[in-house]
Amino acid sequence: MFIIFLLSFQGPEGGLTFPMNGVSTHWFEKLVQGMGTVDIAAALERSAYLGFWVTLITVVFSVLAGLAFRKNLKGANIIFYTAVASLIMPSIIVSLGIGLEFRLLDNAIKWILAAMNMTETLESYGTSLGLYTSALGAHLSWTLPFGLLVMFAVFNRFNPAYEEAARDLRATPWQTFRYVVLPLISSSVIGVGMFGFTLSWDEIARTSQAIGDVNTLPLELQGLTTTVTDPSIYALGTATSAISLAVMACAMLVAKWFNKKQFKATS
Amino acid sequence: MNSSIQITGQAQSDLSKGQVSPFWQITPFNCVFILFFIVPLLLILMVSFWDFNEYEILPDFTFKNYLSIFDGCLNTQEMCVTLKTYLSTFKFCFTVWLSTLLIGFTLAYYLAFHIQSVAVQTALFAICTIPFWTSNVIRMISWIPLLGRNGLVNKALVESGLAQAPVEWLLFSNFSVILAFIHLYTMFMIVPIFNSMMRIDKNLIEAASDSGASKWQTIWNVILPLSKTGIIIGSIFIITIVMGDFVTVGVMGGQQIASIGKIIQVETSYLQFPLAAANAVILLSIVLMMIWALTRMVDIRKEL
Repeated sequence: MFIIFLLSFQGPEGGLTFPMNGVSTHWFEKLVQGMGTVDIAAALERSAYLGFWVTLITVVFSVLAGLAFRKNLKGANIIFYTAVASLIMPSIIVSLGIGLEFRLLDNAIKWILAAMNMTETLESYGTSLGLYTSALGAHLSWTLPFGLLVMFAVFNRFNPAYEEAARDLRATPWQTFRYVVLPLISSSVIGVGMFGFTLSWDEIARTSQAIGDVNTLPLELQGLTTTVTDPSIYALGTATSAISLAVMACAMLVAKWFNKKQFKATS
Repeated sequence: MNSSIQITGQAQSDLSKGQVSPFWQITPFNCVFILFFIVPLLLILMVSFWDFNEYEILPDFTFKNYLSIFDGCLNTQEMCVTLKTYLSTFKFCFTVWLSTLLIGFTLAYYLAFHIQSVAVQTALFAICTIPFWTSNVIRMISWIPLLGRNGLVNKALVESGLAQAPVEWLLFSNFSVILAFIHLYTMFMIVPIFNSMMRIDKNLIEAASDSGASKWQTIWNVILPLSKTGIIIGSIFIITIVMGDFVTVGVMGGQQIASIGKIIQVETSYLQFPLAAANAVILLSIVLMMIWALTRMVDIRKEL
């Protein structure tokens, strides 16, 4: 790992291996200028946006699911095992399935458009596979089970006396959730978000068949390993790791801040 | 059945006024899994019986895809491609499983029983998760400067006189694939085993040593059976990851080594979806059988 960070500061004459020929930011500059045909900046941006949405949806859906599992939920077993199955299913299979699903959807839409004689729309229609349809779904099928497991761990240790107290004080269910439950579980919720982002940021296998025309950053990176043979790929690796770590650090700071606030409120 | 999975900790109260029914709370979650997990799997099963030509897939009901996968497998002289690929994937799977089990068990044992302070335990655990924070591909390519022809390992070997010329089998070989697998996924073994070990009552170990058991006897007869659940869960993770992998095998094998995942990926890139789907169905049934066999040995629900 650290080798990569070190080698990315390799001098312009340096190759893929040691010894290092001088220290410079040459390869970072080259990275910013773009690497041949591949538009790294755009891929980075796509990955970041996708990561953001995946994180947001994972957090909201897992918290909701966690709350639902605490009540008398019908079919809790089936839902739980489906989530676990999704977690351990070989990613290539899920990815292939999602890819197929959207391709068949394409065929259906094209068929309907043709049947309705809407030739103009038909010609301009590309594909329903995309970043915010199939790829988003593929990522969610991977991040949500993690989110659910974390919520399980949280609520298993949650003391219901707090909620009862709130209820006795005539708080509405929403008030109970907003002012009692949410602050207590906030740091774990941030943990779910961190999981969501990092898993999405690195995801390759599930995205590979379900992404359509564009690529996310890890997919570009995987492609580059076969074609690029200079240290700019290490520079890219350093950059992506840095972003990932920065997001983690931010999340931890926010979690700490929440904890502090909570501590102040209770003392 | 219902109560076994339900999260405990809340008095079962009737749904009071204004409380959202659990059905609506779980609906978004369910939608995701129906749309992006169950339907895709069913479609794979369906399409695996379809026909295809160079540029599109045709609805049909045929066993052609399955037959073509096992084409020539009845030949006793030479193994067919499919069987060969499965064999090599099984080999990877077994080697990686055994190595991660040994490493994971040792590390988890050390963390759970040899470290006394909770703070140190947490810190060491966090260190174990560091590789988890960066991209898989990055972690894989960081092996290249180490293992390559002019890499650090080869340099050290040549300079110390252990090898005459740079060793070739270090990179883009079975060895590098297995090494990368172990590096990437040992974490999946450590976490569940550690989790099981932390639940073991320390008094049991004391009792064992009081009864005159040696350290190894304690590990073998007390700790190992009690951390079985963790071992099984870790094994399920490792097996499903390795069986379906194509990224690690691709990058670390220099795109030269075959695996089932890789076959599926190549077939989809040629738009041979029915063929890929048939392969996926076979892979899925094999993986499910392995998981089923493993879960026979343990009750996973108890872990949560």
